[in-house]
Order: sequence, then C-alpha cells, then structure tokens
Amino acid sequence: MTGILILEQMLNGLQFGLMLFLLAAGLTLVFGIMDMINLAHGSLYMVGAYLIATIAAASGSFWLGLGGGILATAAVGVLLEVTVLRRLYQRDHLAQVLGTFAILLMANEGVRMVWGSQPLQLNPPAALAGPVELLPGFVYPAFRLFIIGVGLAVALLLYLLVTHTRIGMQVRAGASNREMALAMGTNVRRLFTALFALGAALCAVAGGMLGPLLAVQVGMGESILILAFVVIVIGGIGSIRGALLGALLVGVVDTAGRTLIPLLFGHLMGPAAASNAGPAVASILIYVLMAAVLFWKPQGLFPAHG
Amino acid sequence: MTASSRLGALSLVAAAALLAASAQAADHVKVGLMSTLSGPGAGLGVDIRDGFQLAMKHNGGKLGTLPAEVIVVDDQMSPDAAKQTAERLIKRDNVDFMTGVVFSNIMLAVAPAVFQSKTFYLSANAGPSQLAGAQCNPYFFSVSYQNDNMHEAVGKVVNDKGFKKVALLAPNYPAGKDALAGFKRYYKGEIVQEVYTPLSQLDYGAELSNLRASGADAVYIFLPGGLGINFIKQFVGAGLSKDMTLFGPGFSADEDVIRAVGEPMLGMFNSSQWGHDMDNVANKRFVADFQKEYGRLPTLYAAQGYDAAQLMNAAVRDVKGKIEDKQAVRKALKAAKFDSVRGNFKFNTNQFPIQDYYLRVIGKDSQGRITNKTLSTIFKDHGDAYSEQCKMPS
Repeated sequence: MTGILILEQMLNGLQFGLMLFLLAAGLTLVFGIMDMINLAHGSLYMVGAYLIATIAAASGSFWLGLGGGILATAAVGVLLEVTVLRRLYQRDHLAQVLGTFAILLMANEGVRMVWGSQPLQLNPPAALAGPVELLPGFVYPAFRLFIIGVGLAVALLLYLLVTHTRIGMQVRAGASNREMALAMGTNVRRLFTALFALGAALCAVAGGMLGPLLAVQVGMGESILILAFVVIVIGGIGSIRGALLGALLVGVVDTAGRTLIPLLFGHLMGPAAASNAGPAVASILIYVLMAAVLFWKPQGLFPAHG
Repeated sequence: MTASSRLGALSLVAAAALLAASAQAADHVKVGLMSTLSGPGAGLGVDIRDGFQLAMKHNGGKLGTLPAEVIVVDDQMSPDAAKQTAERLIKRDNVDFMTGVVFSNIMLAVAPAVFQSKTFYLSANAGPSQLAGAQCNPYFFSVSYQNDNMHEAVGKVVNDKGFKKVALLAPNYPAGKDALAGFKRYYKGEIVQEVYTPLSQLDYGAELSNLRASGADAVYIFLPGGLGINFIKQFVGAGLSKDMTLFGPGFSADEDVIRAVGEPMLGMFNSSQWGHDMDNVANKRFVADFQKEYGRLPTLYAAQGYDAAQLMNAAVRDVKGKIEDKQAVRKALKAAKFDSVRGNFKFNTNQFPIQDYYLRVIGKDSQGRITNKTLSTIFKDHGDAYSEQCKMPS
C-alpha cells in the first residue's frame, strides 16, 4: 500500500461524496422543509442526464448541453411541482411515497418512449477526457478532478445562498420551524417552487457530471437515490451542512471500505474466503455507518430542527 | 339435474370436444415470446424480440407451413412476474413454443412450469449451467451458448497471447462467479486480483486505483449492460488503457455498449459465437434487413432471437406441421436443419450448442463506424463443461 494509492483513493472518495451531495442537497431541502418524501428525485437526475446528453449530441458541445440541460431540468422540476407534487404536501407520508413512486415509474417508461431503451452516449469534453499527472507517478483522470471542483463550487454557492441571502434565511426558518415561518409571512408556495427548481437543477448538474462517467440509461436514478437517502439520514434531515458532511463521510467510507476490507480479509483468512466475504462486508459498510449514526444520534449528525 | 345445469354440463362437453379437436389438427402455431422489455435490461430483450420478428417477416409470418401467432410479453426482469406470465402463456394461450428470456435467474424460475407442460423452450440467450448439466431437459434447447462459453474463450485468448498477470472483475452474484470460473478454466497464468463488486455499484474509482497499483498487464471484465459502460468509460478516463489490455465477453462489448460509450471502446478484445461481419448468406441478409428495419446494427441478442425463430421454422417444416407429435418435433429441433447466421451450429447431447467461438476487436469499419470486427477462431466445435453431468432421456 503506497502513499500514492492512498492519496488517489482519498480523491476518489471526495469525488464520489461530492456527487452524492449534489443529489442529497435537493432531497434534504425538500424533505426537511416541505416534509415531503420525494422518490422521484432520482428521476430528475435521470431526466437531467438525458437532456444534457441529447443537447450535447445535437449541438456537439458538452458545455452547451450542460447549461441547456440544467435549465431544462429546472423547468421540468417546476412543472412537476406545480402540477402534481403541490397536491401531495398536505397528505401523509404514505400517500407521498405512493404518488412519487408512481412518478418514478412513469418517468422511467416515459424516458424509454422518448429515447428508447438503449443507453445514451455522453462523453466528457476532449480537454478533460484523459488523465493528468498531478505528481510524478501519480496520474488521475482529469474529469474526476473537474467533478471535485464543480462539487466544491456548488457546495460553496449553496452555503452562501443559505447563510447570506433572504431566501436562504427563509429556507432555514422553514427547516427549523415551518409553522412559525408561515406565521412570519414567508410566501411558502413560491419558496417551495423555487426550492424544487433548485433541487432539480442540482440533480441535472449531478447528471451532467456523472453522465460521462456512468451509463446514461433508464433506471439510473434509483440506485443513486438510495445512497442519497442514506446521506441525508446520516447528515440530519433538512440540513445542507449535514448533507455535505454526510455525503463526504459516505463517499470516503465507501471507497476506503472497498479498498481496505478485501486487503484486510485477505491477510486474515486467505484469498479464497476474502473474495467471498470482502465484497459483501464492503458493500454493507455505509449501511452499518447509517445504523450506528441512528443509534447514537437519531436526529443525524447535524440536525436542522431544534 | 335441472335444465340449466344439464345445459351447463352439455356445453362443458362441447367445449372439451372443441378443445380436443383444436389440439389434434393444428392449423396454426403459437409462440410465447417472454423477454425483458422494461427496466434497465430492456435493451437486450428488445433486440431478441426484434431479431425474432425479423425472422417471422422473412418467413412471411409462418413457421414451416403453418401461420404463426407470436405473443410478446414482458417479464419485467423479475422472476416472480415472469413465473406468472409464463403460466398464463402456457395455460391460457396454450403456446406451442416459448423463447425470449434474457437473464438466467429468470430462466431458472420459469423452467419447471415450462417443462411440466411439455412446451418446447428455445433459449435465445440464457444458458445456465444447471440446465446444461444435471437438470437438463428434453424440452429445453439453447440456441445461444452455455453461460461459461464466452468466458472460456477469452480465458484461452488471454492465455495464448502470453499475458502473465491478469486482473478479474465481475459483479457479486452467481453469474459473475460462474463467469470468472469459466475464464479460469482456460487461463493458466497468474491472477493478481479477483474483484467482485455489488450489482448496484456505479463508480469504479476505487477498483481502478487498485488496478493501477496491481501491475496487471490484462484485465478481464464481466459486467453486463450499464455496469460495463460505466467501467469502460472510467477505465479509459483513468488512462489505464495504455498500461493494460482490456478483455470482455461479447455482450460487454456489443453494439449497444458501443453506442453508449463510443471512441473509448476502440481496441477492446472480446469473444462471441457470432459477428455481424460474418460472411454467410443468412447472416448478410439478416444484418442488412435488420438495419433497414430498425435503423441500427444488430447485437448478439438479435442474432440469437433470429436463429431461435429459424430453428422453430425448420422444426415445424420438417414435421410437416404436425406439432402435436412432441417426439417428432424434438427430433426435428435436435437435427437443427436451419441456416444459422453464425454458420456452423449443431446440438450437443444436452441440447446446448456445439459451435465455434471467435475473437473480435472493436475498431472502425470502412464507413467509419465504431463496431466489432471478427478476427479469428478461438474454439472450433466447442461444447460445454456440463454436458457430461446431463443424463438426457432419449
């Protein structure tokens, strides 16, 4: 185990965590402030990736695709909020889960009808396609570095938005006590729609960042949605800071687990047993982490409420 | 007995008589095509369906001399849903043949009901070891391959090309372990890494870093569908394609994956029993018409769907439409008197194929398209490792 490998894995964990943060940020705001469980959040991520891939293919420019796709996805988010989700706020969580799950299924089949069931191609811009040498002997994919940069920039922007603007103040007020925020005259309807647009745009950013790394295909939103839920449970529901730290924690623990546990098991029980037990333990590690957090801090690490 | 109940009894008898009559004189043949048509695996099922339907079009909507009805249903990639749907095809629709399943776990779930009803199943993809070995069945024919075959073929290539240190990567589920076992059956060199990742894993950053540190000179991946797309993109992005050669089974490097990944796939070696550039009359017609009909290059799955239909066609033709004579149909199927698009094809004792496997590489063709090119033959007349465990009733 060399220093370079450890450094590389740290960057991997950071990059994975920041992408989870983009998804978890939108999810935690919707969940924490609107008290709404939105299973269709992953669908916005999928729709974002498809829109970006389509615009990028049509225009021949990744950047045009990214910009256009983010705007278009935000518009889709607003449309979804105004037409359907708004009606679910007053219902109980079961109705919300059923309603948004239906949206998820419809989104999957809708995307299949429009784009077909074959995965779409979205490649990184040529300048970022290859690896770069950070230190002598330490090469790292340029696009992953770019993802880390974008993730950090978005985190900073969100921080400024939430702590230094009027809308951010209303968001914080809404997250810690919704009734009181209402009583103080916050225009909740508009705030919710704006929040939803923001969440959708963040989903699209994640779709645009991950699309060139992963497959742009039907159902891509579901697997990552589960991780996003884990992140917000660990971080504390409704808290942006919690989402960021939770996401980084999940990213680093997951990456470290996948690297170290097979090695450790290999030393303890020999390669044959390790190849059976190692992956199994590594893949449950983040859920163990979540269970531990729930046990000691049921509100999450950085709860927004009280 | 009241009048109405007598009437009821009478109509029952009449219905039974009608049923018997229809079973005796088959004037048409019914095919149940159950495949994965929704969800992440749908691309594969759609290709099987399209290949099958193209063959039906070539045959003028007939199998042999009989007009054919093809009932297309979705298995939703779920063994439970598949079981119910298969029951419906067998009991309500009384299908004579079935085909279409993509995934082996679904195949194993529906097999008992199919075999019990004595419906012929012609697999256009799934070839699980169970059905090739101890649980082989007179009603099951594989028109594709046995699951291990592709991996065995790549194992042999990697071995013969003289690679000394190989890293293996597969998802952590039964087919993943079978795949690597198949690879190891023919690869005799050192295995520096054998990694199993969760089926839901999307990001291979950690595995790629380990791969770089392992010093392997070749990598073999069995990562179906989206998993393979993710891995290959990240593998090339990490610059690893310069240090090690990437190998995969045919379905990790088929036209659907190429369409999603593009340039980074160039130079990847893979194995297959078929290639769209293979030079025989049946294949040329199939590939040309498939592109005309659907506007894309056919995949392995489409070729297998096409062959399944052609085998059915040959069997119904050779029994002269008497599909109720199960023994005769089975004999006709086993004779495999059809022009397979892969050329050389015959059945082993376990009713799995004995066929050739080829090495393909992804490159640019004369029209500048990125696609597979068939290079050489890896195995000639290759069967599978399980046929000896099969005690097939004659």
